[in-house]
Amino acid sequence: MLISVIFIPIGVASLLASRDVVEIVDRYETDCIPANYTGDELSFIQDPSSNKTCSRTLTVPKHMKQPIYVYYQLDNFYQNHRRYVKSRNDKQLRSADNANSTSGCDPEDRANGSPIVPCGLIAWSLFNDTYNFSLNNEALTVNTSGISWKSDRDKKFGDNVYPRNFQNGTLIGGKRLDPSRPLSEQEDLIVWMRTAALPTFRKLYGKIEVDLEANSTISVTLENNYNTYSFGGKKKLVLSTTRWLGGKNDFLGIAYLTVGGLCFFLAMAFIVVYLVKPRQLGDPSYLSWNRSPSGH
Amino acid sequence: MASGRPLLLPSPKTPASPYPPRPPFSDLPKPISEQPNPNPNFNPSMDRPIPYSSSKRSGSSRSKASSGRNSIEGSDSSGPITTTVGNIALAGSGFSSSNRRRYGSRGAGSEGLASQREISDEDARLIYINDPEKTNEKFEFAGNSIRTAKYSVITFLPRNLFEQFHRVAYIYFLVIAILNQLPQLAVFGRGASILPLAFVLLVTAIKDGYEDWRRHRSDRIENNRMATVLVNGQFESKKWKNIRVGEIIRVCANDTLPCDMVLLSTSDPTGVAYVQTINLDGESNLKTRYAKQETLSRMPEEGGIEGLIKLEQPNRNIYGFMANMEIDGERFSLGPSNIILRGCEIKNTTWAVGVAVYTGQETKVMLNSSGAPSKRSRLETDMNREIILLSLFLIGLCSIVSTCAGIWLRHHKDELNLLPYYRKRDFSEPEVGNYNYYGLGLEILFTFLMSVIVFQIMIPISLYISMELVRLGQAYFMIQDAKMFDEASNSRFQCRALNINEDLGQIKYIFSDKTGTLTENKMEFQCASIQGVDYNSRKDPLDEQDDHPVIVEGQVLRPKMKVKTNLELLNVLRSGKESEEGHNVYDFFLALAACNTIVPIIVETQESGVRLIDYQGESPDEQALVYAAAAYGFVLIERTSGHIVIDVRGDRQRFDVLGMHEFDSDRKRMSVIVGCPDKTVKLFVKGADSSMFIVIDKSFYSDVIRATETHLHDYSSLGLRTLVVGMRKLSGLEFEEWQSAYEQANNALMGRASLLRAIAVNVESNIRLLGVSAIEDRLQQGVPEAIESLRQAGIKVWVLTGDKQETAISIGYSCKLLTSEMTQIIINSNSKESCRKSLEDAKAMAKKISALSASAINNGDLGSGRVPLALIIDGTSLVYILETELENELFELATGCSVVLCCRVAPLQKAGIVALIKNRTDDMTLAIGDGANDVSMIQMADVGVGISGQEGRQAVMASDFAMGQFRFLVPLLLVHGHWNYQRMGYMILYNFYRNAAFVMILFWYVLYTAFTLTTAINEWSSVLYSVIYTSVPTIVVGVLEKDLTRRTLLKYPQLYGVGHRQECYNSRLFWLTMADTLWQSVVIFYVPYFAYRHGIRDGSIDVSSIGDVWTMAVVILVNLHLAMDIIRWTWLTHAVLWGSIVATCICVIIIDAIPQLPGYWAIFHVVSSGLFWASLLAILVTALIPRFVIKVFIQHIRPCDVQVAREAEKFGNSSESTAVDVEMNTIRRER
Repeated sequence: MLISVIFIPIGVASLLASRDVVEIVDRYETDCIPANYTGDELSFIQDPSSNKTCSRTLTVPKHMKQPIYVYYQLDNFYQNHRRYVKSRNDKQLRSADNANSTSGCDPEDRANGSPIVPCGLIAWSLFNDTYNFSLNNEALTVNTSGISWKSDRDKKFGDNVYPRNFQNGTLIGGKRLDPSRPLSEQEDLIVWMRTAALPTFRKLYGKIEVDLEANSTISVTLENNYNTYSFGGKKKLVLSTTRWLGGKNDFLGIAYLTVGGLCFFLAMAFIVVYLVKPRQLGDPSYLSWNRSPSGH
Repeated sequence: MASGRPLLLPSPKTPASPYPPRPPFSDLPKPISEQPNPNPNFNPSMDRPIPYSSSKRSGSSRSKASSGRNSIEGSDSSGPITTTVGNIALAGSGFSSSNRRRYGSRGAGSEGLASQREISDEDARLIYINDPEKTNEKFEFAGNSIRTAKYSVITFLPRNLFEQFHRVAYIYFLVIAILNQLPQLAVFGRGASILPLAFVLLVTAIKDGYEDWRRHRSDRIENNRMATVLVNGQFESKKWKNIRVGEIIRVCANDTLPCDMVLLSTSDPTGVAYVQTINLDGESNLKTRYAKQETLSRMPEEGGIEGLIKLEQPNRNIYGFMANMEIDGERFSLGPSNIILRGCEIKNTTWAVGVAVYTGQETKVMLNSSGAPSKRSRLETDMNREIILLSLFLIGLCSIVSTCAGIWLRHHKDELNLLPYYRKRDFSEPEVGNYNYYGLGLEILFTFLMSVIVFQIMIPISLYISMELVRLGQAYFMIQDAKMFDEASNSRFQCRALNINEDLGQIKYIFSDKTGTLTENKMEFQCASIQGVDYNSRKDPLDEQDDHPVIVEGQVLRPKMKVKTNLELLNVLRSGKESEEGHNVYDFFLALAACNTIVPIIVETQESGVRLIDYQGESPDEQALVYAAAAYGFVLIERTSGHIVIDVRGDRQRFDVLGMHEFDSDRKRMSVIVGCPDKTVKLFVKGADSSMFIVIDKSFYSDVIRATETHLHDYSSLGLRTLVVGMRKLSGLEFEEWQSAYEQANNALMGRASLLRAIAVNVESNIRLLGVSAIEDRLQQGVPEAIESLRQAGIKVWVLTGDKQETAISIGYSCKLLTSEMTQIIINSNSKESCRKSLEDAKAMAKKISALSASAINNGDLGSGRVPLALIIDGTSLVYILETELENELFELATGCSVVLCCRVAPLQKAGIVALIKNRTDDMTLAIGDGANDVSMIQMADVGVGISGQEGRQAVMASDFAMGQFRFLVPLLLVHGHWNYQRMGYMILYNFYRNAAFVMILFWYVLYTAFTLTTAINEWSSVLYSVIYTSVPTIVVGVLEKDLTRRTLLKYPQLYGVGHRQECYNSRLFWLTMADTLWQSVVIFYVPYFAYRHGIRDGSIDVSSIGDVWTMAVVILVNLHLAMDIIRWTWLTHAVLWGSIVATCICVIIIDAIPQLPGYWAIFHVVSSGLFWASLLAILVTALIPRFVIKVFIQHIRPCDVQVAREAEKFGNSSESTAVDVEMNTIRRER
């Protein structure tokens, strides 16, 4: 009973919060393949000379208050795969002194005989699609600073560690890094290196710090560089506002309401049982040997 | 001493030549040259009777009641040893192995003796007296230094590790850790995988090392003690460890003996030495040992002793010793009475000199120190069944994972090379190869092994360790229990076996000894029938004043214990010897005072001029009789091996003890031949009625005999222990005949025991009946109540006693074991056929009666209920039943009876009866006893309880639990047993649940990581989960939880049925728990999964963060789960429970504060969002709802006994559900 009293309001509140969140999701990985490459996405994406630019238009369904978070969402990408998760070297990321420590980074530890900084599969496969937003032909600035954890910037990624020998191998996995900027400033890498827990994940791309009116259309010019075609992964662009529970997610609200309701029902049931079949607590006559005359 | 001796006796002289083996005495030509040696020193029949009795004890039952437990007790056990080596953990007894072995050899009977000669020739140990060089020349005998320590500095590490890895659990740990070291399988970092094992090993090693260090220290102290050793004709001080075999050692009064020695001479002119063997077998009374006449007079200082001792190889039988000594060409035999053993103390003897024969590790005390037998509790056996289930479950999980992984790999076969998160192809090396990929088959295998590593805690290894800790705690509380503290003997409850605490909650059968267990074993002389006249104290007013102080050298001697006397009897005594009645009474009491093995010891008191006589003896019955005789004015003052001094109503008289035939279980009587001051030789006999009436001369006084028999019957039906006393005057001729045979038998090298027995049987004939003594053995306090409680609790109490049937039955009545409405089935049979018949009859009768009572119930006549049956069976019948096909019949009959009383049973039969039940049912058995004769039974039963009483400590040493009084069984079983069972059962289930829940969370996650065994939960957290996060509360709860108060449990003994019905731990509960586990793990996993799936402000949650969420959720949940089930809260429970949650937070924070780990700072990011708290609350409540609801409904609709009793306990409190609600509130506050 008590539980239901507590739970139902929480459920309602979180459901409302979730309903408040405005979210725009746009899946683009198939639409951004030129028609002549249909069915042969792999050669398109692997061809460095092909034009990857693609433009999309998004309609804002409701008023979106700033900050509006821009995410990219990958499906079927096992960032939590054991081989992948382990393929990094946190020591190397922290300090320039450890540039040579590439243990655990196999198979992306060294290229052309010298160590890679940052090494490992995770860094190697850095996401490299880019988005440019414009509202009514006026560019919307996307703030890409402050998207990573401050703790990561301060402690985990050294401000004296510069990318070196990165993406110089036979196989290019993803984005190239600006070798003149220290890792602590390369926030897209920092975000990417926080490997997602589930195979479908969103990562923060940046923040739009203006309100968007309802029904306004945003055009997005994107570079479709990242190869998810080899494993049938999906790519989505997500714009979302947030509330206290994070993004749009009805689950908790529904869960609370269900549990609260169930508790209420059970409490009622118990009261009914108690009224129908009362039992005096601690009545010795309920002891088994008092109930059956033959004893046990 | 010769002066007081009757003329008949020749002066002592030793036979001139070594004795050849003798044929039996009957056809022996009367030796002329050899005078019989009257010297009692040379009289092995004075010895403790063990060697002969032990050689034939096995088959024969023996009656305690009938002739007093004449000194036999010891032979039943190889007395477990507590050496003086204070804290050495020797205490364990060597019973398990040594006993078996000895039982076997005992059956061989005198053949064992025959082999003695071979020993002398082949395996003999040759010892040259006072010539250690020569002795040690040929064979290097062990030195006298002892080593109880297990390890040395060098061997410590390998040996300790070896011993530790004897545990399956550790091997499991080790295999997992080794697997984890393979680079392909490295799931955890090296440190994280080894750490728990290393920690446990280290702690155990430190504990073992500390114990061993203490052993080393006490060894050193022991080895460096000083002894006086003869070196070059002079006694010098020497360290114990330097004593060598063959050296002559002198010990003084109250010294502890440094090694096993053969006595050569003592301060006593007759060569007697008294030793206290309390360190050896726990018996506190003094035992007499003798030096051989031949060595007595030789003073070793003068180099007078040279000789050779041939003796058997070292063995652990402390009551057996076989040797020959050869001095100056004379050869004579040595028996157990000539050897004094290491660890004993010399008492009442100024000095004693002996030659060291066994030293150091070869001494009997050291050979007897071995570990206690280990028993495994029922619950643990059941638990192992579920562990196997869990292992199967584990294998199942691993198979699922590896199969799925295989399918996934196959499905993505073409993509693997370039898959950004797999990248099979390795381009970093010059030649492009495969990175970390070994083909599909091997990959599946690796996945399987890795999943075993990841899911390893599915099998709760830590459970074994926590169970040990819990038992330790439970044992502490049992020991501390003031209700089980025996004030009379100032002894606490002892927990000797630490691994069967919870068995105490499931006992179904109790096998109890009678004497000393149900009764106090404090014998008190009650009444006597002399010459057919019943002198019954109960009829007459008591006259307690008239005691007979004896005045010796101005000192008043007074018996230590006062006995109620019978006025009538005293009047008869006062009237003098002249009347026939007076004469008989005189002889009767003289017999009581003389015919025994009691040693009077004079004790000083504070009162000046008054000294007390303390009668020390091995049989409480004899003590009682001697005290009684003293009360009637026949005060035994002095006993040496050759004579006794009795103060007969103020007149000191000296009696020469010419020979003594010790009690043995075949004859069931003992006799002593004394030379009286009036130059007559008398034979006094006392023994069990059955054995005495055979030898009593029935030709005259038939009416007296008949009257005596009537009285005898009356006495035993009152529950008194009776002994028949008789005497015979020996004529000169008879005496001489006896004496020569006796001498020869004594000097025989082989078959001595049987020869002596034959002589005894021969001389104990045509006895004139003197009378019957009756001794009361009072019931212990609270026995009837205890038995009643136990019976209400559904425990069957069987009494196994050596007593007579009548005595047993009357005791049965007085302790309410038998009641008048019971139908008694009595089986006394003398052959197998009659046994079969009576069993069949009894079964038919039992069936009839149960049918009758069943119909009575059907007729609605509930008042009469079932007619309880009582089965009374005696030892002779059991001989024909046990170990034959009739066993089954007996079992069926006995289980149908509510009471079983076995009388006249031998120790091994006791064990046989226990085995009868133990082997045929799953029910738990408990054996309780106090004497050495109960040892076999105590070891046989699932739980053995020893009563630390009057009869030495063998039973205690063999037992798992020891206590002072029978009635302590009630709190032990009903309270502690119930608690322990309930706690342990809950703890095991909880541990299963706790670990399985964690594993299941890992498993669910693996399903979302392409089956690659990524663990979201930090590896350190996984390792610490069962070590720090959740373990302490279970241990504390396992120790402190009390589902009901002591008062309730004692008020309703029926609550004990919980254990019988296995209510706290069974397969159903296991599966329910597992179902609950599944639900809870699903909730823990999926609530965050759905809540975080679409991400938070920073995008989707990362691996470490969601791992932290799960860690926190599972830890808090399992602790709350525990909190929900705790019934009795103490501050410690609170502290530990909430403390663990706090500790978990701290640990998680510390782990996340290490920048080297990928999960750096994750926890702070997680907790800063409301989502975390919302989902945590949702998890906790949702996960616990089913359990809570089911619990409440079951409690309301179908309450179990415990539940009702608990409600009755806190009657007045509001309903159970609100109580739990309050709990939930506190939980919320806590967060």
